[in-house]
Amino acid sequence: MGIVKTENLTFEYIRRDENDNVEGINTAVDNVSVEFKEGEFIAILGHNGSGKSTFAKHINALVMPTEGSVWVDGMDTKDDDKVLDIRQTAGMVFQNPDNQIICTLVEEEVGFGPENIGVPTEEIWERVAKSLEAVGMTKFRNASPNKLSGGQKQRVAIAGIVAMKPKCIILDEPTAMLDPSGRKEVIRVLHELNEKEHVTVVLITHYMEEVIDADRVFVMDAGKVVMEGTPRQIFTEVERLKSLRLDVPQVTELAYELKKAGLSIPSGILMKEELTASLLKLV
Amino acid sequence: MIRDITIGQYYQTKSVIHDLDPRVKLMGTLVFIISLFLGKNVWLYLGATAFLAMVIGLSRVPLKFIIKGLRAVVVLILFSTVFNLFLTEGEVVLTIWKLQITKEGIYTAAFMVVRLMYLIVGSSLMTFTTTPNHLTDGLEKGLGFLKIIKVPVHEIAMMMSIALRFIPILIEETDKIMKAQMARGADFDNGGLIKKAKAMVPILVPLIISAFRRANELAMAMEARCYHGSEGRTKMKPLKYKKNDYIAYIVMFAYLAGMIAIKVLRPGMI
Repeated sequence: MGIVKTENLTFEYIRRDENDNVEGINTAVDNVSVEFKEGEFIAILGHNGSGKSTFAKHINALVMPTEGSVWVDGMDTKDDDKVLDIRQTAGMVFQNPDNQIICTLVEEEVGFGPENIGVPTEEIWERVAKSLEAVGMTKFRNASPNKLSGGQKQRVAIAGIVAMKPKCIILDEPTAMLDPSGRKEVIRVLHELNEKEHVTVVLITHYMEEVIDADRVFVMDAGKVVMEGTPRQIFTEVERLKSLRLDVPQVTELAYELKKAGLSIPSGILMKEELTASLLKLV
Repeated sequence: MIRDITIGQYYQTKSVIHDLDPRVKLMGTLVFIISLFLGKNVWLYLGATAFLAMVIGLSRVPLKFIIKGLRAVVVLILFSTVFNLFLTEGEVVLTIWKLQITKEGIYTAAFMVVRLMYLIVGSSLMTFTTTPNHLTDGLEKGLGFLKIIKVPVHEIAMMMSIALRFIPILIEETDKIMKAQMARGADFDNGGLIKKAKAMVPILVPLIISAFRRANELAMAMEARCYHGSEGRTKMKPLKYKKNDYIAYIVMFAYLAGMIAIKVLRPGMI
């Protein structure tokens, strides 16, 4: 079994009126069955309201499925005794960096998770040093998080999760509130963690540029997984992505339009270099 | 202007005071507050001034930064001065229309100003030199004995430290909302007291809503990081008394003893 596995996962929000009568049911996650293998870099795409955040919260046992099951490293999230183990195995980073930082010093913030799971004092210090190193924030260990930029805050939040030594990190739109350079910083750190520490990364986003280097991409719409494959496979279907209200990277779109106009270039181009190379071949 | 509020903030630097155990600093603040309420006597206040000056000097927090924190309470200080000045009975020095200023009034007003200022400076010095996390630890350990009578000491301490961390964020947010409302034509500067108070409503409503939203997200982030109360929790920075802490205790109680001695030996105002 992979590190994360879901089977027929369904989650419904029940809307009630003032008298507690059921007004309607919103299905946020609809019959999702996926499996992520250890060490993979997974990206989940979807526009607002596609159910991707609710799906992410299931992996961290923050939300319980209405139907179906979620297993994290073989543990069922419905098992109350395993909740802490699950959260330790699959750490979660949220969208707003300000609302997930608890302490007033960077190093204390990174140590918060290990403190909660009862790591001995000396080991906490080792883990904090290592995690800050891994995200390149050692220089700021004694700074106040309020004084950091958005990208730096998000890196601290990631370090806080890394210090708990999870096998898997889930990031719920970690770059949505960042500027382009902050976005790049965070994504680079994630790839480094994935490659060097073999941490499974589940990145939830709606920025196409961020999923190009992922191992596998899932596209969600209205609670369902509608597309699945490598980035190249996904981005071949430009029209379909557009109908799902998702954009494709600029280069991919240009290549797609050129191909449609009659140039013989391969489909699913992701990099500028690729496009230049295939265009040069035509000359 | 709203960013000037420095109460409850941490001032990052290295100093003897910063390195003290938070329990010592909590106790010191308590001792200092008690000493301020010992009585109205010039010598007592001189003693308190000397003690405060010593602590400020040792803490290496710039005086400018400390005084900035007082701006927030200027109104309060003015109020108490005016009331004490005009409403204290005694030997009349000056009469303006129906109001009389007495000699006792002048003394009481002066003492009240100093007392209020010292109270604020004294307690904000503690937060300037102690990180909220440290403060929480100090409170938790120092008041740990209350757990026997089922007081949720850890939870209270945690709430306090989170509140302190969110002060600057909420202040910034208030500033933002104020500017946003001003851009829509809201007027906060003109009009009477009631009109000004009414103008605060469009600031407070969004502020409270966003505070709840933040609280919800923060709670989820804490849960996601395995927070489950004090049970089975270890400390990154466990509290241990060092040599300096014992010295600080001695200095502190010597100060209190000295102050009590002054009170006993010189009962008058001067």
